[in-house]
Amino acid sequence: MYDIVIIGAGIVGTMLARDLSGYRLRLALVDRENDIANGATMANSAIIHTGYDPEDGTMKARMNVRGARMYEKICQDLGCLRKVVGAYVAACGEDEEKTLAVLKQRADEREIENVYLSGDEARSQEPNLGDEVTKVLSFPTTAVVYPWEIAIACAETAVNNGADLMLNTEVRDIARTENGYILHTDHGDVETRYVIDAAGTGAGKIARMVCEDPGFTIQPRKGEYFVLDHQVEYVKHIVFPVPGVKGKGVLAVPTVYGNTLLGPTSDPVQALDDTSTTFKGLDSVRADLNKTMKNVPYRYVIRNFAGLRPSGSTHDFVIRECEEAPGFIFAACVESPGLASAPAISEYIINEILSRSLTLEKDPDAVMTRKRPLVMAELTDEERAEVIRENPAYGRIICRCEQISEGEIVDAIHRTCGAHTVKGVKKRVRPGMGRCQGGFCEPRVLDILARELGVSPLDIVLDSKASRILESENR
Amino acid sequence: MRHYQAVIIGGGSAGLSAAVTLKENGIEDILVLEKDAEAGGILQQCIHNGFGLQTFKEQLSGPAYAERFIRKAEELNVSVLCGTMVTGLNDRREVTYVNPEEGYVTVSADVVILAVGCYERSRGAVEIPGERPAGIYTAGQAQRYLNIDGYLTGKNVFILGSGDIGLIMARRMTLEGAKVYGVAELMPYSNGLPRNIKQCLEDFGIPLYLSHTVTHVYGKDRLERIEVSKVGKDLKPIPGTEMYFDVDTLLLSVGLIPENHLADEAGILMDVRTKGPVVDDNYMTSVPGIFACGNGLHVHDLVDFVTLEAARSALGAVRWLKGTQTADKVYKASAGQGVSYVVPGRINASCDHRVDFFFRVRQNFETAQITMKSGDKVLRTLKKKKLMPSVMEQLPLTEKMLGELEGDITIEVTEA
Repeated sequence: MYDIVIIGAGIVGTMLARDLSGYRLRLALVDRENDIANGATMANSAIIHTGYDPEDGTMKARMNVRGARMYEKICQDLGCLRKVVGAYVAACGEDEEKTLAVLKQRADEREIENVYLSGDEARSQEPNLGDEVTKVLSFPTTAVVYPWEIAIACAETAVNNGADLMLNTEVRDIARTENGYILHTDHGDVETRYVIDAAGTGAGKIARMVCEDPGFTIQPRKGEYFVLDHQVEYVKHIVFPVPGVKGKGVLAVPTVYGNTLLGPTSDPVQALDDTSTTFKGLDSVRADLNKTMKNVPYRYVIRNFAGLRPSGSTHDFVIRECEEAPGFIFAACVESPGLASAPAISEYIINEILSRSLTLEKDPDAVMTRKRPLVMAELTDEERAEVIRENPAYGRIICRCEQISEGEIVDAIHRTCGAHTVKGVKKRVRPGMGRCQGGFCEPRVLDILARELGVSPLDIVLDSKASRILESENR
Repeated sequence: MRHYQAVIIGGGSAGLSAAVTLKENGIEDILVLEKDAEAGGILQQCIHNGFGLQTFKEQLSGPAYAERFIRKAEELNVSVLCGTMVTGLNDRREVTYVNPEEGYVTVSADVVILAVGCYERSRGAVEIPGERPAGIYTAGQAQRYLNIDGYLTGKNVFILGSGDIGLIMARRMTLEGAKVYGVAELMPYSNGLPRNIKQCLEDFGIPLYLSHTVTHVYGKDRLERIEVSKVGKDLKPIPGTEMYFDVDTLLLSVGLIPENHLADEAGILMDVRTKGPVVDDNYMTSVPGIFACGNGLHVHDLVDFVTLEAARSALGAVRWLKGTQTADKVYKASAGQGVSYVVPGRINASCDHRVDFFFRVRQNFETAQITMKSGDKVLRTLKKKKLMPSVMEQLPLTEKMLGELEGDITIEVTEA
């Protein structure tokens, strides 16, 4: 019997798991996927928005402004990357400048640092900004992170504090009991007093297992992106167009590792798992980007991908206890700025919802921090020499493009919440993130996984349990 | 800092050939750095025949071809450091490498030869929309799984791109019991050698779909199906021409790109056409003392030419070390009409030795009229039958012609 089961190991679920693991609670984090952070957390713009965009009075505004301010400490505590790059919202012409004025007013009211730049001033900083851009609202404190790194670090902290992580576990139905709920999963029943529904695109389906009308439906919107190799530094700041009806528009984002993201589109889709890219979507990224940017070096594209935002019919986050089902808490419809808001959503659920009916007693043994894994690229020459002397595997480079050593990969496999798939290794230590996209290192990573996990290479998968890479041993 | 006369980055066919030639020409103090556990480079996974017809006048497998150079390098006491990745290069010819035994080490050299090879274009670089399941590999990746690691990647296969590795893998996987449904090529002509089209596709009844491409990929976990469409003259898919293949494996053989991040780091001038460094008649890059050859310079059709070119670059390095040439004036050599690139791209006016240009044509030519000009002056014309983009062409700039240079050199090809 758990005190709390969190459904969904994305940024919201893992953030909650970490925060709750600081209390004396029996916790479980359940996800149908084969790894942490495999949904929206894996495929988004990776931005900690400062909070000027959501309209007054919304949960989005409240959570975003608060959450963004929590990230610096969270990233310090968890040993995660966070890079303050600043954001430009670029207006073309008078009409759009009017929208900028609205954003500026909101930002001022919310005490978010901002400054106007003329088009030319902005172009002197950001030479690839389009010539039609007339005015820019600059937000110097906007940061980028590696979203799945934070989710994995949160899950790791929670599990080290005693939480159970159940991957590949799909909740099929939920039944009420006298003092809580039974989750019927494809891996058996799980009993709990409280349930937190942080299931992303699946949140609506989960909600309907306990209540006929949760007051929202999930209407996912797909976002398609290009990724540029870090060989080219295309932008220094995040460049946004002026936000429109479809959201924040198509951006150019410098990521923490120096790649550039171009996207996303914003198209409603029916299927809750439709993350396919399309010619139409990718074409529209190119077309829309032309509005704010120029000289886009598409020859450096190394990947395209699509993610689903778990957008809701409410157009706002749904963070509340279900009226019909006490102890069942929604953390739903967390579309953008969900990443930036996640710490605040967790804090709100704990302080404003759970604490009303649950005694929260701090666990003095809980460790809320995490040591950053050893990253060779971040060490001095002396430090590197020393770690290689101690363990020569740190001197064996497996990923040529990103220069990741065998030692780092082995570490990622054996850590708490470690990698057991090729993509899991890629998410944690980045072999395959470079220009050759794993053409060189994938066979080597697969080999290391098989060796370290003590299984046949035939059993190593790319991502999901059924995503086998090798068919058979050759005669 | 340990200093060498020559550091060669890459111990594949180019690096070994360069090392052997340097040794044979009196350069004693050489270090070859190889990232893999053994020398030989990509040849080690190319277990098919067909290597060495030019060099040795016989048909060898890739490993056998490599073995000859490995042995020769051993005989000449060339030190090859395997399991060693080069992580840095600067314009002072300082090379940083790392291996488990020594950790990170920086050495310097009188000459550095980049023999770094190339990598395969990935799915992301060619924009194939759809899901992102397992079962999509570059042809060389699947070749490694099969020939080095001993695993077949799938049973029902389609291949995008008619590059030679894809063609070789079509045959190889068929022989291992897989069903290869076809090869789609975006261009109206094959990118592989004619002999591979014949021996790897035609002999096995595998269809080649010219002017076709993969337009969608289906499969949540493992690849289940692909959509293939015909493309128009603009290379865009034509709606209504879709074909579907239920395959678990898609191999990509859609181009090779010279591995150029070290060259970039050293500030070496790059050629947008070849995606490798710009080199002069000595195969020297824009950074004095740094030379380049092999697939890291431009992608070759046959390993024999890699061997040849690497030897030339080594001779260039020897010449440069002796300082017999002054870099006073430079003529550019570039691709004219019908030609996609020319290597070397610069000829020093003081050059006193024959230079053999490598070039490739942009499209098929039945009977080609090849013209080499210097400024407005025609240095040479010749007719040649059946030129195609998959086959590298050579054209010499003789010592006699060197005396006649009047300006920048262009090579152009037209239908005669």
